[in-house]
Amino acid sequence: MVDHLLGIEGLSKNEINRYLDAAHSFVEVSERDIKKVPTLRGKTIVNIFFEPSTRTLASFDIAGKRLSADTINVSAGSSSVKKGETLLDTVRTLESMNPDILVIRHSESGAAHFVARHLHRASVVNAGDGAHEHPTQALLDLLTLRQHFAKSKRSIEGLRVGFIGDVRHSRVARSNIWAHLALGNEVRLVGPPTLVPSEMSAVFGGGSVHVVHNILEGLRDLDVVVCLRMQLERQDQHFIPSLDEYSKEYCVSEKLLERYAPASVVLHPGPINRGTEISGEVADGPRSLIRQQVNNGVAVRMAVLYLLARSAQSHEEIIK
Amino acid sequence: MSNLAPIVIQGGTVIDAATDREGLFDILVQDGRVAAIEKPGVLQSHATAEKIDAKGQWVIPGCIDLHVHLREPGEEWKETIQTGAEAAVLGGFTSICCMPNTKPANDSAEVTRFILEKAKAAGAARVLPIGAISMGRKGQQLAPYSELAKAGCVAFSDDGDPVADAGLMRRALEWCLMLGLPLSCHEEDRSLSCGGCMNESPLSLRLGLNGFPGIAEDVMIARDIELARFTKGRVHICHVSTARGIELIRRAKNDGINITCEVAPHHLVLDETSVSSYDTNYKMMPPLKPCEDIEGLFKGIEDGTVDAIASDHAPHDLDSKLVEFSRATVGILGLQTSLPLFVELCSQGKVSRRRMVELLCYGPARSFGLSSGTLRVGSEADITVLDPKRRWRFAVEQVRSKSKNSPFLGRELMGLATHVLVAGRRVVRDGKLAAEQTEQQDIRG
Repeated sequence: MVDHLLGIEGLSKNEINRYLDAAHSFVEVSERDIKKVPTLRGKTIVNIFFEPSTRTLASFDIAGKRLSADTINVSAGSSSVKKGETLLDTVRTLESMNPDILVIRHSESGAAHFVARHLHRASVVNAGDGAHEHPTQALLDLLTLRQHFAKSKRSIEGLRVGFIGDVRHSRVARSNIWAHLALGNEVRLVGPPTLVPSEMSAVFGGGSVHVVHNILEGLRDLDVVVCLRMQLERQDQHFIPSLDEYSKEYCVSEKLLERYAPASVVLHPGPINRGTEISGEVADGPRSLIRQQVNNGVAVRMAVLYLLARSAQSHEEIIK
Repeated sequence: MSNLAPIVIQGGTVIDAATDREGLFDILVQDGRVAAIEKPGVLQSHATAEKIDAKGQWVIPGCIDLHVHLREPGEEWKETIQTGAEAAVLGGFTSICCMPNTKPANDSAEVTRFILEKAKAAGAARVLPIGAISMGRKGQQLAPYSELAKAGCVAFSDDGDPVADAGLMRRALEWCLMLGLPLSCHEEDRSLSCGGCMNESPLSLRLGLNGFPGIAEDVMIARDIELARFTKGRVHICHVSTARGIELIRRAKNDGINITCEVAPHHLVLDETSVSSYDTNYKMMPPLKPCEDIEGLFKGIEDGTVDAIASDHAPHDLDSKLVEFSRATVGILGLQTSLPLFVELCSQGKVSRRRMVELLCYGPARSFGLSSGTLRVGSEADITVLDPKRRWRFAVEQVRSKSKNSPFLGRELMGLATHVLVAGRRVVRDGKLAAEQTEQQDIRG
């Protein structure tokens, strides 16, 4: 019996806060001169990435190393997947090396669940599965918000949070929405009907999730604006006429924010398309928390690895 | 056939929609045909006849499945004509129509004859081949319908791949007018389904899976209804899964268009929420639907819009299912579960017993213009005796198919085909293949 982190859906406010509290203490570790604690000495972590990634892979790798675990990174490009091996075979091969934690990124929704179902000993961390979930990104976004609002002695409950752009294809949005719902926040999904269909509200049980197609209405009085990455391939799939047309309608600019959400802060999971979904002025401006998001990636992943390893250990102790 | 001993099926409740018969009757089978259907007791004089005790059981025409995949030639590791035909009779089906998406596709008399020879050697269910609509099922060139019909094809279909070219579909319908054979249509507009792997709905949005919207099926049904209206050709719609699709067909029938349709049992007893855990055994084409669509299907069953139940029996090996959801093969075994699932629906009062028998026997026969599917004196003795109260577990050992892809595995099912006759020959005895029982007796003897 091992624990996994496959998604934010289904986590309670307390569980989310447990991750954030642990991350908070690991932030300090990363600021030390010697950025290493012996917590996971002797543990093995495999990061297997079937999709290209720079920041997520790097931060998982560093997180494991700072906890003194042995980490190995396998990327699909160099692995046997290219030779036609199935996901199951690849993962079973890796499991035979007895990792304690397997971190997986995959282009297909449900891949992390599939792996968790067929692994017996390792904890699985979903580092992004298709358009489904990306739980550690949501946690680091929340940590970033917590740090920001703490400055003005505000909590991150009772916020009005808007997601602007390609919600349909965004695992970052899904994980974040579940998290904000758990915290009791109001969520607004803003974008064209092709990318933010009106049924999106029903996905999350209606209630405090609202779909808005007009960006002016969508931005109004938001505390937090989350810009989502727009991909060029959506044009070929007929979701948008062109990036140009999209940005004319939905690019988040300082002018819009000043007018409709003057008190807001801005997040972006990266990588950024400047001028498409977010203007350079906003991304680099005073309301942008994008740099802090990147900074928090390591601490949040340390917290996740630490808590999963600890829960596996306590299970073992129970068995003993 | 004349060397077969006469058989009397005694004490059962005979149900036959075509002759509107429902009650206690004994049936005498002689020379491969139904020789007499009489009130209990009348047939006592046939002392030499073999007796089948059907007390407490239903005696119905051998069931007909208009839509199965036997995978031979080409993918024999998934299913063979032998194992498929055996699974059929164990499931109460005496005739099965096999789709042409084999490798090579059934677009020539050679392939049709190959299938028929294999089926004859299998000695289980009758196998009625369906020829391709287009060469290689590529949607570009008409298949040789007359040659295929003469070789034994009973219908034409590009199942699995929709016929995107409306002009080709029109000419196919026109050509088949002179043969009197239907085109069995897999309805899907690929520019709308876009590789979707589950129903498009709030659930697909939640799971982050590509959705296959119901409209992808509906627009093609609408197109083929208009083509049938225009050409007066015979259209049969495969595995209708949407309420809107049923409504379109209902209206077409009211307009007098020559159209029939089938519904698959899994679309009635499972809904889209089954895929929530990304279990690939629930991945079907068309995908499982929400309750509103299922209600529409039941309405169509009740008011007669639906002509047949067809299993879309689709064997797939474990390897092709043990992968990421979006990459898994589509389909589910059906031959051994169709009948029990319907018996369960009957016991729940969702379908009447009479209607169930019609959907499994006379309805499919009428859809494809077959003479079977009924029990009258003189008709060929394809008969299924069914114990509606028998509960049994659908365990792996019970699966006759080479593949085991069924979400019903391990589940307790209700209703078992205890005795099955094909052309007066006993192929299933006490729920087991008669051929194997004889073999065992031979070994013992």
